[in-house]
Amino acid sequence: MNSLISIAEIARNFAKVAPACEEWSIRLVRRRNEALSVTRGTADPVRRGEDVGAMVTVTAESGERIGVGYGATSDTTPSGLGAAAREALAWARRSAGHLIAVPKPRSGAVQYDHTASTDIPWDTIAMPAKLDRLHELARNLKRDGRITHWQASLFYTDEETVFASSTGDFIRESRGIIVPGIEASASAKGETQTRTLGRGGMIRQGGLEQLDQLAFWAAGPRIAEEALELLAAPDCPVKTTDLLLAPDQMYIQIHESIGHPLELDRILGDERNYAGTSFVTPGMFGTYQYGSPLLNVSFDPRVPGEAANYAYDDTGSEAQACHLIRNGVLQRGLGGAFSQSRANIPGVANARACSWNRPPIDRMANLNIDPGVSTFEELVSQVEDGIYMETNNSWSIDDSRNKFQFGCERGRLIKDGQLGPVVKNPNYRGVSANFWRSLKGLGNADTVRVLGTPTCGKGEPNQAIRVGHATPPGLFAAVQVFGGG
Amino acid sequence: MRRARCAILIQGTLMRDHFLQLADFAATRTRSGEGFLLRYSGEQSRFVRFNRAAVRQSGTVEQHYLTIELFKGRQHLSQQLAITGLAGDRQRLDGAISELRELLSFAPEDPHFLVSDAVCSTERNDVGRLLSDDAVIPVILDKAADSDFVGFYAAGPIHHGFANSFGQRNWHTVHTFSLDGCFYLQSDKAVKLSYGGREWDESVFAEKIAHAQTQLSFLERTPKTIAPGGYRAFLSTAATEELLGLLCWGGFGLAAHRTGATPLIRLARGEAALSPMVHLVEDTKAGLAPEFQDEGFVKPASVTLIENGQYKECLAAPRSAEEFHALQNGANADEAPAALEMAPGQLADQDILSALGTGLLIGNLWYLNYSDRNACRLTGMTRFATFWVENGAITAPVNVMRFDDSIYRMLGDNLIALTAARDWRLSTDTYEGRSTRAMHIPGALIDDFRLTL
Repeated sequence: MNSLISIAEIARNFAKVAPACEEWSIRLVRRRNEALSVTRGTADPVRRGEDVGAMVTVTAESGERIGVGYGATSDTTPSGLGAAAREALAWARRSAGHLIAVPKPRSGAVQYDHTASTDIPWDTIAMPAKLDRLHELARNLKRDGRITHWQASLFYTDEETVFASSTGDFIRESRGIIVPGIEASASAKGETQTRTLGRGGMIRQGGLEQLDQLAFWAAGPRIAEEALELLAAPDCPVKTTDLLLAPDQMYIQIHESIGHPLELDRILGDERNYAGTSFVTPGMFGTYQYGSPLLNVSFDPRVPGEAANYAYDDTGSEAQACHLIRNGVLQRGLGGAFSQSRANIPGVANARACSWNRPPIDRMANLNIDPGVSTFEELVSQVEDGIYMETNNSWSIDDSRNKFQFGCERGRLIKDGQLGPVVKNPNYRGVSANFWRSLKGLGNADTVRVLGTPTCGKGEPNQAIRVGHATPPGLFAAVQVFGGG
Repeated sequence: MRRARCAILIQGTLMRDHFLQLADFAATRTRSGEGFLLRYSGEQSRFVRFNRAAVRQSGTVEQHYLTIELFKGRQHLSQQLAITGLAGDRQRLDGAISELRELLSFAPEDPHFLVSDAVCSTERNDVGRLLSDDAVIPVILDKAADSDFVGFYAAGPIHHGFANSFGQRNWHTVHTFSLDGCFYLQSDKAVKLSYGGREWDESVFAEKIAHAQTQLSFLERTPKTIAPGGYRAFLSTAATEELLGLLCWGGFGLAAHRTGATPLIRLARGEAALSPMVHLVEDTKAGLAPEFQDEGFVKPASVTLIENGQYKECLAAPRSAEEFHALQNGANADEAPAALEMAPGQLADQDILSALGTGLLIGNLWYLNYSDRNACRLTGMTRFATFWVENGAITAPVNVMRFDDSIYRMLGDNLIALTAARDWRLSTDTYEGRSTRAMHIPGALIDDFRLTL
């Protein structure tokens, strides 16, 4: 039976059915997941899943021209993989002579096998006990009749990936991924306000121990009280002012206006029909002042617990930490080996696929902002008149990743260096090319939070993939802020 | 070409037969007092990605997912499996049923569990006429070779199946294609090409190419940067699709309405209204999506969501219906439209520019999100071919601008006209799998469209 054969064994056996071609690789993914949630006081039906499949990629010559194609299948029997390989070979021949660029032949034969350790594995606590704890958390959310929606949820995935190739690579990695969620909506007189635990920004590699680090189990009362508090709050004022962003807003500001613009496949035009292009051009690398000298941005897929922690990307390139922006100056792009060769720009090991049924493309992984020197209180104390915004709830940016507008769940006025009253519907807008240059303060290492998103969308066919962002709070000067209405 | 199509049809029939056999097998494995729901989704997709009139990536994805939900009274839980279409799937299904049975006694009683026990079996097998695999690259590049073309072709059959222990069997196969691309002039100046459907027609493709190239010639003019402010604007069907697409995200569901989460809360409470021209219907019978949902309920032919600008009815999934003591109407769990139809207006296509007079001709909107959900205020960007029009004539392309405006203004007091002609907009989404969502909608002429950045 398929599920009893390890994907490592399947990969090792693939050579027997691999097609005659210039080069082949096979990438297998196996995922087991479980979704638990309690919504408005009732446990939702438990959903479990097991997904196994493979993508075969073939480079082949046809009429003295090189082509590349893929075939992906959930049939991982030798005959199924053989059929996928034939599909890949057929597409390689069809694309021969039409490729935008011919990939460089792969050299080397990486051997790597690693299972990430987990302090408290998911199965340590049985499903009914986990549901009991979610019920308890959810009861703490329903604190008032005005709470009309409340939910606590956990989504866990046990993932194993194998990459093998005709040049002798064999790379196997496995890990656990946990995504917790809490939300509470308060509604009265035709108005609804929602608070969440980071709204989609909570994702970690590891097991149940990550929930303690994220203060998950204790967050219910605060989230519900803040939703109720927002119902009575005035709207965020309209003005241009100092803006202090909490990490659970900073992460998406990094994601949308640093991460995506630096993706080399965008810069090369691959994404122009869907996810968009970039205001960054190849000539900017090495010289462009992306942000203020305080801004240091690193690509680091080796941070323990962060969402996109891996040793090799999905094309077999070794992942190493490096700075993309140092002291505000743009250094290198987010592009894997193929994009680097096309653009002749230094990149990183970030050719990633969301699963076995999608081909690797340039993705963010762990994209982090180095901490500054200030405590949170010191950041607030720098502000004479400004606003503090927490927890992203709306994001929009143009297809060149320049003109943006973000909304947050909760704001607080800052006056004379002190946090003041809560305001609702806090939004701000700006232009990436200017915004990061207005950065004038960053929290120290104690203020850094390791966040991310499980659903970064991009690619044709579309792919939603997990990425990590570790960041301190950031203080920006002269930002246009406004409220609802 | 014929051989490739036949192969796909045979695969589709095989998967239907295979699914029905798995359903029969599941029926033999359930015990007294147990019931099951069995769901299947699968596709055999050809994907070709282009950039600069060359191939970036191409390949085939064959995926099949089976979900078995085992229930006993009001206890239930489910397991999804990637299956192969081969005999081994029986063993995997058997194993999943055994695992679920072990856990079932620990599953909590679910007061909102509702399944259809009225057996209503259906079958739909739409046969498409798609390009053969060998033809895709040469046919598309033949028309695009001399241009900066970037885009994505996706095609093949999409299958959905449902079965339950009451004996209901449903099957749904559609063959669709989608070529979603654009022709670039420079930087972010481009014209969109959208061609999708069930039958590839060379002459329609050629017409769309010609139309795109005509628009491309307008982009050669010096771009105009306009100041933030209110502008008269015509939204193409593609732009209207973006507005309505965001509304579909929590706008029409029963649970969202009862909890106050819907962005249409003021419409639902009668505190705001849209223009009497706005008439929105979930028109299942005309769409591509399956007419059955995950608990086995068959959808009504249509559900009127907004009538003459007033809130009419929600989409109610069985689970929400149980929770909020309402009647279900065959909605999926997300309670989002899958076949949204907007009634046409009277503005003829040839009169669009003269009716616009001076203002913005907006080809596409992009990256919409809410800036204030309670006020149903949205923000987003113009994208691709957006032009400045003066006295009914296109004068210049417009550099991208951000809008921030309320649906109650755009489709309310400021809605001047809807076009008489409508487009079928087939979703090009391919997250998880190829979407079968579609909209049948007109373009919209609106006043005082608020641009902010």
